[in-house]
Amino acid sequence: METKLRAILPDHELVKLFEQMVLSREFEESCAEQYTKGHITGFLHLYSGQEAVAVGATAALHKDDYILSAYREHAQAIVRGADPKRVMAELFGKATGLCKGKGGSMHLFSPEINFMGGYAIVGGQLPIACGLAFSAKYRHEDRITACFFGDGAVNQGTFHESLNWARLWELPVLFVCENNFYGIGTEVHRSSALPTLHKRTCGYDIPSEKVDGMDVIAVYKAIKYAAEKVRESGKPQFIEAITYRFRGHSMADPAKYRSAAEHEIWKARDPLPNYAKRLLAEEITTEAELDTIRKRCTAIVEEAVKFAEESPWPEEQEVWEDIYV
Amino acid sequence: MSEMTYRDALNLALKEELRRDPSVLVWGEDVALYEGSFKVTRGLLAEFGEERVKDTPISENTIIGVAIGAAMGGLRPVAELMTVNFALLAMDQLINHMAKIRSMFGGQTNLPMVVRMPGGGGSQLAAQHSQSLESYFMHCPGMRVVYPATPADAKGLLKTAIRDPNPVVFLEHELLYNSKGEVPDDPEFLLPFGKANVLREGTAVTIVAYARMAILAQQAAAVLEKEGISCEIVDLRTLNPLDTPTFINSVRKTGRAVVVEECWRTAGLGGDIAHRIHEACFDTLLAPVRRVAGLDVPMPYSRAIEKLCIPSSESIANAVREVLAARY
Repeated sequence: METKLRAILPDHELVKLFEQMVLSREFEESCAEQYTKGHITGFLHLYSGQEAVAVGATAALHKDDYILSAYREHAQAIVRGADPKRVMAELFGKATGLCKGKGGSMHLFSPEINFMGGYAIVGGQLPIACGLAFSAKYRHEDRITACFFGDGAVNQGTFHESLNWARLWELPVLFVCENNFYGIGTEVHRSSALPTLHKRTCGYDIPSEKVDGMDVIAVYKAIKYAAEKVRESGKPQFIEAITYRFRGHSMADPAKYRSAAEHEIWKARDPLPNYAKRLLAEEITTEAELDTIRKRCTAIVEEAVKFAEESPWPEEQEVWEDIYV
Repeated sequence: MSEMTYRDALNLALKEELRRDPSVLVWGEDVALYEGSFKVTRGLLAEFGEERVKDTPISENTIIGVAIGAAMGGLRPVAELMTVNFALLAMDQLINHMAKIRSMFGGQTNLPMVVRMPGGGGSQLAAQHSQSLESYFMHCPGMRVVYPATPADAKGLLKTAIRDPNPVVFLEHELLYNSKGEVPDDPEFLLPFGKANVLREGTAVTIVAYARMAILAQQAAAVLEKEGISCEIVDLRTLNPLDTPTFINSVRKTGRAVVVEECWRTAGLGGDIAHRIHEACFDTLLAPVRRVAGLDVPMPYSRAIEKLCIPSSESIANAVREVLAARY
């Protein structure tokens, strides 16, 4: 018997989770459109399908906690509180972007909301997360560091070095592996000798759990529990969220390595409609309210695109700025 | 002033900065209990404790990555890589992360961190432990690169590096650790980055060098003086920022230049410096700029042939004689 939603969070927060997932999806689908129009260039990795992970996890963390992610991080930043207008402007390469147009899609960063970066070298953010966690521990701050990465990162040296280090130095890090089954086109069982990725942490004496990453409430509960363990013990924990990306690795990838049948199975598990059904079934919201939310998110994203379009390009002298202090 | 070794000057700089600022920390392989492979961190664990002076696993990439995160979180880590050769295991965090983070995040953060790396050849440590990689670091924008020649510079530049808001690659020459010199006692003795040091004034030729190469250039100059040749020596001190005006002004005065580097000749930093001289001084140069550099070979072990691979005071003196004999 599934726990009733109201036993987990108050109504308005439950509805907010839905809104954040819708905003993430709308944002990403709009990015795809802007990419095809040539307004967004370079690499573009979309999060559609994985929303329950970012939304459930962010809701379970404290505002002071640090969050780091990889290069599929638009939703992570927006859900954390980054202004969608400035995120879209960053993707457009405009001066008003979150990072003045210097980072682009893969390098969002906003220290005001403790979103400590999107990193585009697979596994590169894990040691940096350990360092941020160390700084918090050294200064006796009540904050943990949540580090998100994909299934591809678990075969990088930094994964093993960082897990060992975090346990050895007893650092308050919550490692969150978003296992969407593919490192670009290579499926997990073709790259990992032990495809049940969370079991790898036994070599580092770090407790780990697997969670359904298509279920925002399951993610929320798992992250909440693990984050509190990190907070209490000062030691790392590890969550593997099983999820799926509905699009290719990037906009350049038609994802021909996945079958239509597989795709259909996961589409049926789409976290958005399934969570909406649950909210309605438990009478937490109404179809009318959900519609209002969808419209509001569409409007936010349209406004973000308009802002990005109308924003100025970086000035030429900007090329020499922000390299050295 | 006190006479001390390059090693002790570095040790003193670390101690003074650890005493001054509780956000300064030291970590690396064997830096705490073992007191460092080259004993630069001697006494630090005893004075500052294991909260601030920390041994790490042999995980070079993560030594740097953790320092990056700590610096982003407001601390001032001084990470030691046991030798510069092991920095190659950390190039992802050094080049893809440390040197990029401020720029790619639009200037919203900075990394006040230092990475100390002993390096250089001449100790019969063979191919994997004798490299001079300064050109690798100098090539990459986004981080400062420092390489002191004297004990006083070692102290003054390391203290500046620790207080600098940018990431700093701080190279130390293994064969200089026992060299002695006068070092200011002042705990506020700081040497600015981007200011080369004219180690010796002269009129006939300018020798541009750094670190141990500057010391060898001094030895060469002493020999050449007896031949009536007056050498001016410019010790670069910092490779990024590079003090171009100081060596350009010197070459404009002398009309001739020899550039000395320990790293491999091909695509080495001496080529860049020689080009800067040719560009800025073409009208006043009396002869083409000469380069003295490491041979383009993996370092052999045997001392009989290792010495052929590294510039010496003799090879520098010969280059000076050649540049004086040459004419445009």
